[in-house]
Amino acid sequence: MNLAGHYNYWVAIFLMMTGFYVVISRGNLIKKLIGLNLFSTSVFILYISLGKIHGATAPIADDRFQLYSNPVPHVLILTAIVVGVATTAVGLALITRIYEQYGSIEEDDIRIKDESL
Amino acid sequence: MELFIDITLLTFLCITAMAITVIRKLFCAVMLASIFSLLCACLFVTMDAVDVAFTEAAVGSGISTVLMLAALNLTHSREKRPPHQPLVALLVVGVTGIVLMYGTMDLPVFGDAAAPIHHHVAPRYIEQSPLEVGPPNFVTSILASYRGYDTLAETIVIFTAGLSVIALLGIRDRYAGRPIPSDRSAMKDYVVLRIVAKMLMPFVFLFALYVQFHGDYGAGGGFQAGVIFASGVIIHSLTLGRDRTLKAFPHQFLRGLATVGVLIYGGTGLASILRGGNFLDYSVLAATQLKGQHLGIFLVELGVGLTVFSIMILMYYAFSYRREP
Repeated sequence: MNLAGHYNYWVAIFLMMTGFYVVISRGNLIKKLIGLNLFSTSVFILYISLGKIHGATAPIADDRFQLYSNPVPHVLILTAIVVGVATTAVGLALITRIYEQYGSIEEDDIRIKDESL
Repeated sequence: MELFIDITLLTFLCITAMAITVIRKLFCAVMLASIFSLLCACLFVTMDAVDVAFTEAAVGSGISTVLMLAALNLTHSREKRPPHQPLVALLVVGVTGIVLMYGTMDLPVFGDAAAPIHHHVAPRYIEQSPLEVGPPNFVTSILASYRGYDTLAETIVIFTAGLSVIALLGIRDRYAGRPIPSDRSAMKDYVVLRIVAKMLMPFVFLFALYVQFHGDYGAGGGFQAGVIFASGVIIHSLTLGRDRTLKAFPHQFLRGLATVGVLIYGGTGLASILRGGNFLDYSVLAATQLKGQHLGIFLVELGVGLTVFSIMILMYYAFSYRREP
């Protein structure tokens, strides 16, 4: 078992689980969104780790280099990051509207208000 | 040395993530998330993903933080103590983590050139794209040409997200058709910050243009350029006051620009159909294949850049104009 060989993946999973924990254990909606971002960023780390080759260089063609890291995960993650911020913004807009309606962004307060209707 | 940097950055990432979990002030959590993104960008550079690092630095620690802070300004900035015991959550997270770790046992070792992922389409892209498409940056070739459909769909997702934010929050121009009172400057009392930020602005715009038009040759492209241009406008808004920014970059104009961006992208695809090729097959756009590809990628990246730029600014407007003082 090569410890250094899987270190990146394990840390990515640890970070993923930290994000997951924030999403399910916290009642604050903005904190949940931060947790969700943490989760998605860790997925990015996992993807990019899989594309890395030892001794390779960035995937930009140059006569001096022969070995390049895999560009396919880079393309996938590049667009995922921008789409991620766009969807985060939609989430934040919904949270803002919820706050204006309920006066709170805590899940439990919102549930109490909903039940008292 | 590379391994040392890798492990240091990953350790810092873990510490930041733990701090985000524990801290109850949301402002601090947002700033920590920004630091997390910046560390991630550094990590991506060590793993040769320069384009991704660029995007993560501009989006994750830039625009994303600005939007989060703007949303905090509209809501509460302090988290309540969670009422339930975290034991069940910890159990669920622990079990999921162990299962996932078990899954990684079958993954190839980090950095292994013999891994299956490097023996499918990637070698073909690396060998053929300079001959078929042209740009030395493989990421640009794949993004704009080989996987042009995906990128078109992602541009439309961003466009739709922008529309949803505007539909949910709306943008109000308080000084529509009226002059702005001269005392309404955001950072009147911070002379050093204001002047330095003002001097920085043209360079940010210039850099964004460089990233946009040099993306074929080095790291960069439409997504990054759009976000960097948008951060230049946000500096404008922070130093000169948001009402002045709304005058300089009216939201009606930006809405049009976002649509034009998507239309340029789709229109390039239609143009290639009209010239006898497939949708988004740029080879038929000019006399030779490489010239056609070059023109196609230029247009498509321009469309992406325009859409991303205007949607980011419109989102910023939607949050920062929500509650009127």
